[in-house]
Amino acid sequence: MCLALPVRVVELKGGDMAVVDLGGVRKEISLALVDGVTTGDYVILHVGYALTRLDPAEAERTLATFAAAGIDAPASA
Amino acid sequence: MKRGFTRALDFRHGQVEMTHGSGGRAMAQLVEELFVASFDNEALRRMDDQAQVEVPPGRLVIATDSHVVSPLFFPGGDIGCLSVHGTVNDVAMAGARPLYLAAGFILEEGLPLADLRRIVESMARASRGAGVPVVTGDTKVVERGSGDGVFITTTGVGVVPPGVDVSGSRARPGDVVLVSGTMGDHGVAIMSLRENLSFGTTIESDTAALHGLVAAMLAVVPGIHCLRDPTRGGLATTLNELARQSGVGIVIGEDRIPVRGEVNSACEFLGLDPLYVANEGKLVAICAADDAQRLLGAMRAHPLGRDAAIIGQVIEDEHAFVQMDTAFGGRRVVDWLTGDQLPRIC
Amino acid sequence: MKYIDEFRDGALARSLGAAITREAAPGRRYGFMEFCGGHTHAIARYGVTDLLPGNVRMIHGPGCPVCVLPVGRVDMAIEIARRPGVILATYGDTMRVPASGRLSLLKAKAQGADVRMVYSTQDAVRLAEENPGREVVMFAIGFETTTPPTALAIKQAEAKGLANFLVFCNHVLTPSAISHILESPEVRELGTVPIDGFIGPAHVSTIIGSRPYEFFAEEYQKPVVIAGFEPLDVMQAILMLVRQVNEGRAEVENEFTRAVTREGNQKAQALVAEVFELRREFEWRGLGAVPYSALRLKDKYAAFDAERRYGLVDRQVADHKACECGAILRGVKQPADCKLFGTACTPENPLGSCMVSSEGACAAHYTYGRFRDFSRKSAAGGATP
Repeated sequence: MCLALPVRVVELKGGDMAVVDLGGVRKEISLALVDGVTTGDYVILHVGYALTRLDPAEAERTLATFAAAGIDAPASA
Repeated sequence: MKRGFTRALDFRHGQVEMTHGSGGRAMAQLVEELFVASFDNEALRRMDDQAQVEVPPGRLVIATDSHVVSPLFFPGGDIGCLSVHGTVNDVAMAGARPLYLAAGFILEEGLPLADLRRIVESMARASRGAGVPVVTGDTKVVERGSGDGVFITTTGVGVVPPGVDVSGSRARPGDVVLVSGTMGDHGVAIMSLRENLSFGTTIESDTAALHGLVAAMLAVVPGIHCLRDPTRGGLATTLNELARQSGVGIVIGEDRIPVRGEVNSACEFLGLDPLYVANEGKLVAICAADDAQRLLGAMRAHPLGRDAAIIGQVIEDEHAFVQMDTAFGGRRVVDWLTGDQLPRIC
Repeated sequence: MKYIDEFRDGALARSLGAAITREAAPGRRYGFMEFCGGHTHAIARYGVTDLLPGNVRMIHGPGCPVCVLPVGRVDMAIEIARRPGVILATYGDTMRVPASGRLSLLKAKAQGADVRMVYSTQDAVRLAEENPGREVVMFAIGFETTTPPTALAIKQAEAKGLANFLVFCNHVLTPSAISHILESPEVRELGTVPIDGFIGPAHVSTIIGSRPYEFFAEEYQKPVVIAGFEPLDVMQAILMLVRQVNEGRAEVENEFTRAVTREGNQKAQALVAEVFELRREFEWRGLGAVPYSALRLKDKYAAFDAERRYGLVDRQVADHKACECGAILRGVKQPADCKLFGTACTPENPLGSCMVSSEGACAAHYTYGRFRDFSRKSAAGGATP
């Protein structure tokens, strides 16, 4: 929905804050809505807060689904 | 030439005061110890209210620009050098050789003299670097709260050599569209400092005087049709202006437009489109298809055009739309900007 | 940019487009509503429509919290901003929304109201801390994605003992809006609007999970596929919807598995439940009053509620008589069907909710798709199909 981005956590700071990186641009954001985030994790960022962690395995699986669409799609009835 | 000022200006702790604009001794001191000293050329040293200069033969070009940028200092530049480059570029976009500048300052009471000196010295450096002296000027002071520290208006004059006819109305179907380098650097550098939107990047403003690049381009392709620098409103706005002026359509390719990775990322953060972000050291050129490769070569050979690229072509279109083939594979319209681009949440 | 660029790949787009074309039954028309403005924007910006077959149509829903914000609420925000001593903190999206009397927050700012654009509610809380003598009011808008940040800000203000931090709450709820659309006569009874399925919001779903949509799939027998924000996500979701329709299924499927689970973010949900409660009804611009579709602060947090502190009263402000937003939001009409589109109503001068924000159906069409009308007109030699 609203503008939200997958960003990488590069540094944890006190008080639920963290520094994240997107393509070389850094920003300080809040992790108050998500538990158990560590550096190297990717989170979805919206209005200065991480909403959830991004699951890299699922991301790969989704990309593979796109690639497979052209190959094993059933024909319509 | 000593004028008998009892004390030198205090650039460390002093501030602009109303008397500096009143026309009296305080103002004379500011003009002499700061402006004349920094810009340091024969015309200014005469201390007349105007400058008498020699102008070579050719069509005279005049351009003026007011600079109200905030913050005054940003990565890669400041309002001072911006005001020099901006007007030098406006003159250069006519294919003209810029000759002289005039500079008007509106100073806000309370502006630290240290900041003013920093700005003026930056202007002087930019002016010397461009080879375009500031030969006359004016200073006024407004009350605290009436300005953003300082507003600068620069006016430039130049001369167009014979055989050159550059105008926004000369684009024709079949022409090729080029840019001199990466888009969006300046606007993102400014945004990185704005209140509530700070983030650490290595992006710097691209502010630069482009007349050297223009001269190099005209030397190889004197028949360039259009030149314009995509400042406020970015590349998209400039292309729309040119399309409308010439009564043609333009089609560009998204993956042909050079944009630095970090500028892309910063724009993602803010929900901005790099096509609409300001540039201060880049130009758009439109030329006949046959001249395109040679023009591109000339641009890339110049330090300010290393990342030059062909980004699209001009087509027939009575609606004067600017369209873009997206990297994704679809086509969309690149419309005029609606007001300022503001960062969004949705 | 990782997890962004890969999801915009042109080659994959073409093969997904080919798959959709192959699987969409010829002679059958498919109409899918993408509820969320972010999806409308992705479709328009990347030209996804160019890659879809002619019998698959996207219907743009009301999913932009700025678009559906009634003029009366913007008037109230301006009124708050004009109170002496108040700093109104707002996201950039609302600054230019036209309100009554040709005003907007931007214009009110020009007239002297202290309106400050913020990127995050944290900035608003900081403003309150730094300006103890002023009242800082956060103009809180947004769907379920943006609500937890507001809840956090209130808790933070409470913890810091900030008596000068207030919230003007306009948070709205997605599932209620979807219900409302599905309940409209054209869709439910007459079946005149062929909404065959929904693309569910991406980031709202990270918070609320996929569970709330199971109700729609069941009750209205319409498939829902929750899709990520990138154009490939949208295309994959369309493919999944086509398959569900072909197979006669009406399930909730999740394409955005990298960020959405069935349960969602329970920590965020708990936080919101602690601070907010449902309003009995709330006006959505273009949709009228929608029951149980919006939030207000609980009594426990009344001290932070701008509406209560200032005794603000809701006001109804009607839209232009010829405005077709209501029909467009339900998918009954398209932007080009509205008499005002592109003439009296443009992005510079929006008259209705669909044009107000860049994500609205009319704004997106005007900015990105308008030229299609022209080229179709000249090709067909007549009206748009």
